[in-house]
Amino acid sequence: MKKISKVPFKGTPEQEKEMKDWLCENGNKPGAALPALQKAQEIYGYLPIEVQRMVAEGVNRPLEEIYGISTFYAQFSLSPKGNYKISVCLGTACYVKGSGKILEKLEQKLGIKNGECTQDGMFSLDASRCIGACGLAPVFTVNDEVYGRIKEDGNEIDEILAKYRG
Amino acid sequence: MFRSHVMVCGGTGCTSSNSQKIIDEFNKEIKAAGLSEEVQVVKTGCFGLCALGPIVVVHPEGSFYSRVKPEDVKEIVLEHLLKGRVVTRLLYDETVNEGIVTSLNNTNFYKNQMRVALRNCGRIDPNNIEEYIAYDGYRALGKVLTEMTPEQVIKTVLDSGLRGRGGGGFPTGRKWSLAAMNEAEQKYVCCNADEGDPGAFMDRSILEGDPHAVIEAMAIAGYAIGATKGYVYIRAEYPIAVQRLQKAIDDAREYGLLGENIFSTGFDFDIEIKLGAGAFVCGEETALLNSIEGKRGEPRPRPPFPAQKGLFGKPTILNNVETYANIPQIILKGPEWFSSIGTEKSKGTKVFALGGKIKHTGLVEIPMGTTLRTVIEDIGGGIPNGKKFKAAQTGGPSGGCIPASLIDTPIDYDNLIAIGSMMGSGGLIVMDDDTCMVDIAKFFLQFTVEESCGKCTPCRVGTKRLLELLNKITSGNGTMEDLDKIEDLCHFIKENSQCGLGQTAPNPVLSTLRYFRDEYISHIVDKTCPAGVCKDLLKYRILEDKCKGCTMCKRVCPAGAISGEVRNPHIIDTSKCIKCGACLANCKFGAIVKE
Repeated sequence: MKKISKVPFKGTPEQEKEMKDWLCENGNKPGAALPALQKAQEIYGYLPIEVQRMVAEGVNRPLEEIYGISTFYAQFSLSPKGNYKISVCLGTACYVKGSGKILEKLEQKLGIKNGECTQDGMFSLDASRCIGACGLAPVFTVNDEVYGRIKEDGNEIDEILAKYRG
Repeated sequence: MFRSHVMVCGGTGCTSSNSQKIIDEFNKEIKAAGLSEEVQVVKTGCFGLCALGPIVVVHPEGSFYSRVKPEDVKEIVLEHLLKGRVVTRLLYDETVNEGIVTSLNNTNFYKNQMRVALRNCGRIDPNNIEEYIAYDGYRALGKVLTEMTPEQVIKTVLDSGLRGRGGGGFPTGRKWSLAAMNEAEQKYVCCNADEGDPGAFMDRSILEGDPHAVIEAMAIAGYAIGATKGYVYIRAEYPIAVQRLQKAIDDAREYGLLGENIFSTGFDFDIEIKLGAGAFVCGEETALLNSIEGKRGEPRPRPPFPAQKGLFGKPTILNNVETYANIPQIILKGPEWFSSIGTEKSKGTKVFALGGKIKHTGLVEIPMGTTLRTVIEDIGGGIPNGKKFKAAQTGGPSGGCIPASLIDTPIDYDNLIAIGSMMGSGGLIVMDDDTCMVDIAKFFLQFTVEESCGKCTPCRVGTKRLLELLNKITSGNGTMEDLDKIEDLCHFIKENSQCGLGQTAPNPVLSTLRYFRDEYISHIVDKTCPAGVCKDLLKYRILEDKCKGCTMCKRVCPAGAISGEVRNPHIIDTSKCIKCGACLANCKFGAIVKE
């Protein structure tokens, strides 16, 4: 089940223009719904119902179908993410090297559960599928930065988090 | 002309350990040394030995530098490139024997391999179409379009014995001939690059290291079945692969190798990229086609098969990246060459992503029929930290675990199925004694429960109930009857699910039950986890004779479960213990044990 955000929607007119321009250009192509939602998530960071409605109109499909797609794929989020998106790889190679424990440690240190965002909107935490850096297992990423061969004990995790807390 | 080439790995593994910075540093230092006219830096695809990344290879000597840091670059430039003295300190230790540098091809990791699908990975700059062309690139497409009929192409692929590398192992030539037979004004060639198996990354490495091979093969397939349009469905989580593939498509178009009237033969073919959005079930071919159409990636009933009614209702073939990467070689070298490699029913080579508890994690390509022992002990370098090999997992969430007793099994499609696993897309995860097999079965089942699309009941509800039964066992509440229930439910799910996901989801449970039943029994009867993984069954204990009474454990215990006086042995109150392991991690005297 996907977590649905209770945070009020705060889209800007610029975001709306970018989205609508994309929909005008591509909305009529075959199979446009999925790329449209990918574009929407890129612009807004997540898919609140207001945005899904915009996509539904733009690709001329019923909202329930768009909602069906948004909830089907792991890439889509219905709640906002933190400024720093942490995802811990739970692929098999990382898992047998202890990434499950890394996830637990991060939950403890951030005071949030997997799939949640910290109160100040700084960090969000997710478990991810294999990112293919199996040679570096166990691995987690913060936005696009990859941290490999992480040890659950010691200060490594604290030091990484401190870097972003600034 | 350059006298030396510095090949720096730009695969995802090495990029994650900062290989881009090494490239920048090389360019800077080479310029500073005044060698820009003589030495060229090339960003290549994956060399395979990811465990030793970032990797730098200097040609023509073939010196293999491993775990290179940006601060090492200056030394390599000044010593090796300027003065011709190889920096032995940084060489991969297996290539140095008592001070003498030997070839990489003599190392255990490479000498047992045979690179067909990965032939250009680490050899060329994937962003440069001319380098691909220089290594016979697009010659197979030229040969097909100018010298062969579509029927001859299909016969060549059929005769080669090539089977699908994505998991199922269906003969590729048969797929093509079925699609060729169906008449339609539009047909499609699709490529499955939605590598969903956690722990497999060969498709990504091929697209990152040799994207043109896939493009060329798709065009050949288009000619064979009479299609003019191709789609590559690729995971959005693979940004480097997407970017290189897009550049390769654009370049191929510019060179007239995609688009209209290719090689002036009147043949038209073009390719578009579709990004996946993260759904394991999209590895099922009909689900993938739904996803390309922009819908929920749920499987469709078969028949009709995609070769009859596939994408947008038209005849379609769908092959996996690695399958395509073999095609140009088969056309150029002939089907007899390909079928001379491998075993009776599994021809050619297979790429495996070697991961888990093994020294040389990375990408390996071996002839079919190579034994698991060769892969693990010779190529993989064995298990680190002196631990014992326990099992190898192949086929990801659809496969099973191969126990140490079957380590001499030659790897091919049929042998793996016979021992309760499967080839899958080629993930090969090695496990040692620290891995609990019940926990591993649970891990894969958790994955399939989350990834089940929910369309059919046996898979949606069945896998969930199966997971509950496993949870009952790992929490110490299981009974022996549960094992029978688990087996019954597994067979029910296998027989009644609609698609491959459900039909194979119970495999990790069935295979661990088959080879590691005693571990299940330990959890149920003795209420212990022999590997010390399942938290609910763990107990921490202080060894009285080793405890010095330093009070460290007492101070770090977040639950206040440890009591004792200074310089006297401490005790853990197991009813309060939350099993966080903090005491064990902080004890300086090795006085705390997990059992």
